[in-house]
Amino acid sequence: MPSASRARRTHPIRVLIAKPGLDGHDRGAKVVARALRDAGMEVIYAGLRQTPEEIVRAALEEDVDLIGLSILSGAHMTLFPRVLALLKRNKAGNVPVFAGGIIPDEDARRLRRAGIRAIFGPGSSLEEIVRTAQKLARARS
Amino acid sequence: MTGAGRLSTAARAIVAGDRRALARAITAIENGDSAAEPVLRSLYPRTRGIPVVGFTGPLGVGKSSLINALVGLLRDRGRTVGIVAVDPSSPFSGGSVLGDRIRLDRPADDTGIYFRSMASRGAAGGVAAATLEIARLLDAAGFDFVLVETVGSGQVDVAIREIASTSIVVLVPHLGDEVQTLKAGMFEIADVFCVNKSDLPGADLARKDLADLVSLGRAEGRWAPAIVLTSTVEPMGIDGLWRAVEAHEKFLDDSGERRAGERRRLANEIVGLVRDRVGRDLTARLEADPKLRSLLDRVVARSLDPRAAAEQLLIRGRRAR
Repeated sequence: MPSASRARRTHPIRVLIAKPGLDGHDRGAKVVARALRDAGMEVIYAGLRQTPEEIVRAALEEDVDLIGLSILSGAHMTLFPRVLALLKRNKAGNVPVFAGGIIPDEDARRLRRAGIRAIFGPGSSLEEIVRTAQKLARARS
Repeated sequence: MTGAGRLSTAARAIVAGDRRALARAITAIENGDSAAEPVLRSLYPRTRGIPVVGFTGPLGVGKSSLINALVGLLRDRGRTVGIVAVDPSSPFSGGSVLGDRIRLDRPADDTGIYFRSMASRGAAGGVAAATLEIARLLDAAGFDFVLVETVGSGQVDVAIREIASTSIVVLVPHLGDEVQTLKAGMFEIADVFCVNKSDLPGADLARKDLADLVSLGRAEGRWAPAIVLTSTVEPMGIDGLWRAVEAHEKFLDDSGERRAGERRRLANEIVGLVRDRVGRDLTARLEADPKLRSLLDRVVARSLDPRAAAEQLLIRGRRAR
């Protein structure tokens, strides 16, 4: 039956959390997914070993406001630009992408210039990640 | 007006196979956004009433993995599938982690499926209404089947009957006493019992328990729930599970229950929509409308009781018509 929840004016932010590439370390992604959930977001957790194609497809099907990528394999300079390019090709270049993992400063600068909106390395605070995610999702709409 | 034949831009895109337009319309339905209204209205005449298969059962029994296995089977047969997977929202933060997509193992370029994760957002009934409308969109978008996975427990398990033409209750061996508790709720909603993880010991015992349960409720001319053993580790029984779904769908057609069930579901839906609208309208007017406010004042002052006040509102509503 229809209910009050359907009349609610503000709706939760939908965010896709995915791990592109081949490393198997998803603890960071899970910790972030949980923090975003606790901040009231709906987190679509796509999990490990996702190709850029799978990530973009999931983002489009799930109609997310935001995409978070986690990577520890070192393949970020190949995989992140690919995700951004596929989003653009699908006319979804306005969906903000943020990232986390082991990413050297120089790479991080280049990725930001390429369009990754925020990058969080080891030791980043969850509060900061949540705040940034909220800001990025709000700025989109 | 429904405007049969005349489609809004978004509706036209959905019918043409634009998955982004479909995704956006689904978001609008979830959010109770008025943008969903013209799309739903204009697409309704295009729906065919395709089979909607619901999966319910306790947490961790393998519903998502079963759906993935069935999607593989159906895609091998060239059939297209829309999937809606519902996970619970946190009652504390309102947030949720939607993890069913993890089990989906399909090539990224397979255009024959559409997978959507959905949070229950509190009220179970609300999910049922939104899911019903989303299934309808997937129908209009041309998919052959819709598979719906519900949260592992709670009211939605029963609400699945308002959405699905075939309901599968998924269990695992050694649920033990839990099978007893299932008698009351889930027994009534199952068209198919699926004992998943049946590579584990105890599967035959579970089958026997369920067979006993089914034999208790057997009646002439009624559907007797099928019992299927499956495993998704070394895939087993998946085609048997789909055969059970097909058998039930055929029974619905042959017995006339499909039409009766659809009629009942649509009646419930219409009543629900009216109740929702009237309720919202009345809630707003009880404080805003001076006449209604004085009625509420009298109840607060104990000079009128709530039932009498409700009666007066109903009489007033009838006169207004």
